[in-house]
Amino acid sequence: MADLCDLTLHGLARALKAGDVSSVEATEACLARAEATASLGAYLHLDREGALAAARAADARRAQDGAAGPLDGVPLGLKDIFLAEGLQATCASKILDGFVAPYDGFAVGKLRAAGAVLLGKLNMDEFAMGSSTEHSAYGAARNPWDPERVPGGSSGGSAVAVASGSAFGALGTDTGGSIRQPASLCGIVGMKPTYGRVSRYGVIAFASSLDQVGPMTKDVTDCGLLLGAIAGHDPFDSTSARAEVPDYLDGIEGGVAGMKLGVPKEYFVDGIDPEVRAAIDAALADYQRLGAELVEISLPHTPYAIATYYLICTAEASSNLARYDGVRYGARQGGDGDLKQMYFATRGAGFGGEVKRRIMLGTYVLSAGYYDAYCLKAQKVRTLFRRDFTAAFEKVDAIVTPTSPTAAFRLGECTDDPIHMYLSDIFTVSANLAGLPALSLPCGFTAGGLPIGLQLVGPHWSEPALLRAGRAYEREHEWHTRRPEVTS
Amino acid sequence: MTRIIDEAQTRHIAELARLDLPAEELAGLTGDLGRILEYVRQLSELDTNGIEPTTHATDLPTHLRADEARPGLPVDVGLADAPERIGDGFGVPKIIE
Repeated sequence: MADLCDLTLHGLARALKAGDVSSVEATEACLARAEATASLGAYLHLDREGALAAARAADARRAQDGAAGPLDGVPLGLKDIFLAEGLQATCASKILDGFVAPYDGFAVGKLRAAGAVLLGKLNMDEFAMGSSTEHSAYGAARNPWDPERVPGGSSGGSAVAVASGSAFGALGTDTGGSIRQPASLCGIVGMKPTYGRVSRYGVIAFASSLDQVGPMTKDVTDCGLLLGAIAGHDPFDSTSARAEVPDYLDGIEGGVAGMKLGVPKEYFVDGIDPEVRAAIDAALADYQRLGAELVEISLPHTPYAIATYYLICTAEASSNLARYDGVRYGARQGGDGDLKQMYFATRGAGFGGEVKRRIMLGTYVLSAGYYDAYCLKAQKVRTLFRRDFTAAFEKVDAIVTPTSPTAAFRLGECTDDPIHMYLSDIFTVSANLAGLPALSLPCGFTAGGLPIGLQLVGPHWSEPALLRAGRAYEREHEWHTRRPEVTS
Repeated sequence: MTRIIDEAQTRHIAELARLDLPAEELAGLTGDLGRILEYVRQLSELDTNGIEPTTHATDLPTHLRADEARPGLPVDVGLADAPERIGDGFGVPKIIE
């Protein structure tokens, strides 16, 4: 069964339906692959027994009525930010060491109801703060294309598991690029849906006005399939939309003829790697050949995206992370002193360096005397970003950019300089600021064999068009079918 | 619009954030915060007079669910992760003498 792990999600669904393979076989293959690739650090926790029990149940359902849905029996992974009842949820932080989720979040509940097999919990930057998965308190994850390089982040473990075949798909979260950038760096597909498309209930909060749940998969069809399974209104998340969930596979093969694709002049500036630039230029030429019209557009506030994003996300994070105080869950320190001392000791020992840096920055910009100059200013600039996109989408159906300015960087290359690390999100954060859906898909490799990602950004609720445009490109290439050599 | 943060301010912010900050981390963190604040100062180049702030990026209404009582987590489940349990509540260190 050496090739089983290389199947796509929809390929496995077809094989399960045809009876060519069982869910137990697929699950065992993923577990074996996860163990064989343990040095990549994708999983923080593998739930062997739970996964195999779910797989046996799926096989029994299929044997009984044969009419299970496409996710029934499909093994998937979850970023360790999702609450799945009975499984750990550490957010890769020491402060949640030993925390076991008491209930299922919305997306996880939907996956279970669809019959999916949950393999375990995947590595990430602590509290989703980072772009390399080096900020995990449980050790960095590594890029399967070159283990000396980062997989991106913060959903790095999810990207590694999908790229290296130890899950047929995974859920990630994206606050400033945390699905798309690791997808790009690991050569897989990842989508941040429109804000409100997927409920955030049962997802550990980082920056609530930016956080969104999304799929990470081997190809665009898988992405549509998984998105359809987790989208929808949830009474437990008042920001989740009541908009109807379409069949994301319906029309996905429709092509891009007549589609207007915007190319923002501000995105093709210094700092973009020449090989990335060449791959995007080639993709744009492909789109033109396939009948799309390329239109130069302007997103003039792009140079301010990172500054705006870091002010808003740290302010929201400092508030959201106030709940980790050693009272209700997690690892308490200093319990022999008074309450205040316990707070200080628990938080001081439990949070890692990057999380402390962001809590501090957020606390500073929210504090008396600085709020207007920093927070309010950033929120006003956020309005300018929305206007940039509103104006752009009067002219075009979607915007094409690189996902990341470079391919995967080396472990340790950016850890000493937070701003350098932040700049790796320059092309992704704008979509979060404006609440827009955005898709990353493979569009080539560097001469050194590292994947390059293409990003498509669309207006609110335009996921079907983004998937169609992504699929139109994917049909012309075999980038998404390449797999790293992870087993010897 | 900014003055770069000094170590006394960093200590004050750590106090507000309820973070133990070892003395050996103080200088490094102050330096990092200073560099980040310097970086974000670029926003002052933009004229935002008369611009409304955005707190949410989509214009969707907030959907409140019906105000109906429903069962919450059972007490034992809710307390299962508690570092300290006292009866049916969370145990905390003494607050007042």
